[in-house]
Amino acid sequence: MKIADTIAPPPQQELPPQAPKPSKSARHRGDRIFLGLSRGSGIALLVIMAAIAAFLTWRTANALAVNEGNFFTTFDWNANADPPVFGIAVLAFGTVVSSVIAMALAVPIAVGIALFISHYAPRRLATPLGYVIDLLAAVPSIVYGLWGALFLVPHLSGLFYWMDDYLGWTGVFDYSGGAARSLFTVGIVLAIMILPIVTNVSREVFLQVPKMHEEAALALGATRWEVIRMSVLPFGRSGVISASMLGLGRALGETMAVATVLSPSFVIKLSLLDPGGGTFAQNIAAGFNEAGDVGRDALIASGLVLFVITLVVNGGARMIIARRKEYSGANA
Amino acid sequence: MAKRIDVSGLTAYYGSHKAIEDISMTVEPRSVTAFIGPSGCGKSTFLRTLNRMHEVTPGGRVEGKVLLDDESLYGPGVDPVAVRRTIGMVFQRPNPFPTMSIYDNVAAGLRLNGAYRKSELDGVVEKSLRGANLWNEVKDRLNKPGSGLSGGQQQRLCIARAIAVEPQVLLMDEPCSALDPISTIAIEDLIGELKEQYTIVIVTHNMQQAARVSDRTAFFNLAAIGQPGKLIEIDDTERIFSNPSVQATEDYISGRFG
Amino acid sequence: MSNAVLDTSPVDSADRGSDSLRHARLPRWAPLGIAVLSAALGSAVGLVADLSSKAQWGLIAALLFVGITFALTTAVEGVRQARDRLATSLVWVCFIAALVPLASLVWETVVRGIGLLDGYFLTHSMSGLRDLQPGGGVYHALIGTVQQVGLAALIAAPIGLLTAIYLVEYGGGKLARAVTFFVDVMTGIPSIVAGLFVLSFWIILLDFGYSGWAGAMALAILMMPIVVRSTEEMLKLVPNELREASLALGVPKWRTILKVVLPTAIGGITTGVMLAVARIAGETAPVMLLVFGAASINNNPFEGPQSSLPYFIWQQFKAGNQYAYDRAWAAALVLIGLVMLLNLLARGIARWKAPKAGR
Repeated sequence: MKIADTIAPPPQQELPPQAPKPSKSARHRGDRIFLGLSRGSGIALLVIMAAIAAFLTWRTANALAVNEGNFFTTFDWNANADPPVFGIAVLAFGTVVSSVIAMALAVPIAVGIALFISHYAPRRLATPLGYVIDLLAAVPSIVYGLWGALFLVPHLSGLFYWMDDYLGWTGVFDYSGGAARSLFTVGIVLAIMILPIVTNVSREVFLQVPKMHEEAALALGATRWEVIRMSVLPFGRSGVISASMLGLGRALGETMAVATVLSPSFVIKLSLLDPGGGTFAQNIAAGFNEAGDVGRDALIASGLVLFVITLVVNGGARMIIARRKEYSGANA
Repeated sequence: MAKRIDVSGLTAYYGSHKAIEDISMTVEPRSVTAFIGPSGCGKSTFLRTLNRMHEVTPGGRVEGKVLLDDESLYGPGVDPVAVRRTIGMVFQRPNPFPTMSIYDNVAAGLRLNGAYRKSELDGVVEKSLRGANLWNEVKDRLNKPGSGLSGGQQQRLCIARAIAVEPQVLLMDEPCSALDPISTIAIEDLIGELKEQYTIVIVTHNMQQAARVSDRTAFFNLAAIGQPGKLIEIDDTERIFSNPSVQATEDYISGRFG
Repeated sequence: MSNAVLDTSPVDSADRGSDSLRHARLPRWAPLGIAVLSAALGSAVGLVADLSSKAQWGLIAALLFVGITFALTTAVEGVRQARDRLATSLVWVCFIAALVPLASLVWETVVRGIGLLDGYFLTHSMSGLRDLQPGGGVYHALIGTVQQVGLAALIAAPIGLLTAIYLVEYGGGKLARAVTFFVDVMTGIPSIVAGLFVLSFWIILLDFGYSGWAGAMALAILMMPIVVRSTEEMLKLVPNELREASLALGVPKWRTILKVVLPTAIGGITTGVMLAVARIAGETAPVMLLVFGAASINNNPFEGPQSSLPYFIWQQFKAGNQYAYDRAWAAALVLIGLVMLLNLLARGIARWKAPKAGR
């Protein structure tokens, strides 16, 4: 309860319109209208969320009713054929794999940069650096995609041949040439895209580490790295986890950067370096223009799956953050 | 394992602000030296220059000389990390590592210095906790988080953590200011025991405390807000509190200011 | 204190008496020297082994840097210092590894985009031009972006603002908690899902055509949670004393909010809204599903297909020939410029309007 609620005169609605002081009832009307408007907006947000779920589910039901394949296990996407046969297996695989690659590349580097800004960089450098990272977070995804497809892809095949030479025997890093428009490339581009957001959230957490915990380690004769290991990382661990999950949410749902970079196909390959595969969002972007009514519904159905996945990931991240807030609040 | 500290001509800055100016004193081994003085007189800053914690603050730097026995703390090639390991510190607010157990808190400093066998570690942890008069209260819950203890216990845990690495000197920055009277007495008793083995320097706001625990007392003062703090005098505690040689000391002690 | 336990201490201290405060250290210039050496070695190996990708050169140099630093420090300073140096050099490597692609992105966009970017490009549409032809411009896309983003902001800013007011000034109940949670979750909705929602609701169910307005609705959904979050932060910064002072004077709550709370926070709120605008101005996916992408100028966002800058880039990229690529890069440069401008303006406002007492 806010202080204001206790100050406000008691039962408002019981005051009749012909109350002795008209100014007072006007004041209450003003308060009521204002509260109604703001509460209404909050409710509107909830309604929109519910509506998104409802409408996507509705179209999904339509799509699934005519689907001749198994929605979860079919490896094909022939939603415009008659009868329509489509499944999300390939998309789910591609989405998860590319996002995992992105996380594996981005999270350690982002933690490194966050530490660099919070604990290593000279103070004169730290603020502008944070600022640059903020600006990079603002670069639109289509630009990352354009850069990835037209600049990065041609420069990657050399690296891919190299990986093939040394790691090709694993099968995962087998590369048979051609444009490097593969899930691994997508992972690299996604990693670069989520780097700023993971860095920013981690940096915030690292900067919040209470001075006294760091000094406790310092006074024991800890080196800078030991201070970080003893007091900064334990304090920031949950923050880094939630930052990574926010980044993961972003990577899972990214459309344009994947659609521009990937050369899609409906197969699941062991090799991450060879072109092929697809993601939920990329498939929607690529298939939308040619889709008929059923095709559109099928794409919406895959969108619903994506929606649910990102909901779970983001909800989880927020829950971790909320718990950490309580924890550190109780400690302060 | 107690060493003497010799300070000569020490001046410390925060950026361009001069916090303390031209301080010289000797701290005797196996004794308790108390720093007293009004707020902002630089006694905490001075304390932090004695184990090179001052330079951790952005903009903090130091001029002058501090000798530990005959070794200069600020000499070329001296590693501040080694200095801090040799000169332990206890802070104003108890600051056990929140994610570590009581045991791990005490063992933290030792683990930094390399591999210890479990049995060896057990011994040192028990010895340090006994040394901090905490063993009997926590021996059954060594694996519980240190943050679950009371304030006074936490502060004694921090003292145990500091003495576990067997420092030459123990610096205490107002160690009782966040504690209740009972815990304060426990800590004061502990200080009396610890001085058998360590050189102890304690900053305190509380003149009775200085009178109770210390052998020597240093009085710091500043001419005006924004001016650097200076050492007014240092002498046997008894003398400082009965017959100080400087008028300002007497004024402060008799409560005329500060 | 147990003396029996303490008896062991003299032995220990004798042990430790040997460790001095001083020990051998690498010279000051060592990290820089090792960095230069590694870069040289990396390039040499790259040249000799004829490695085509500069990424490989960099990778070799980075590994050499980390390895040499660790080995040298272990030998000279000891293992703890070596670990410390290792962490330091890894952190530096991370920083540089991240900077390289990001700098390359900005560099490539500017270099490849600047050639086509002129008055003609900004004031002409693609009307009557085939993808294979040179020329054309982004005017129609600029119009589309401005209108769609403007409309989205008109919907999202008031709703977001009021929601934030509800959460901060009236919140605390179950509803507020639910709204808070779902605002957070909504921040993470993939933009294409927002597009699919408007598609199934506005175009499939209500049977309206593709239009700028449809795109604006999807953008508004993406913008709302961002506005709520930033406004909430700003309102929380308004000191409670101000509210109490006003309420104590008998000013009703809604007037207190309008006359005291909002004016205090207005700088930060404006900044937040502008950052949100910058964010959605670069969104492609929902627009792609909803505005259909016209090649000619359509000044009416409520009727008929439009384009937008990000969508234009996507179309030109898909066209896949050099003229189209040039247009895509130039449009990307325009888009980045626009977004950066909004960001800088927003931060300028934040600094200019920052509550003086707040810091």
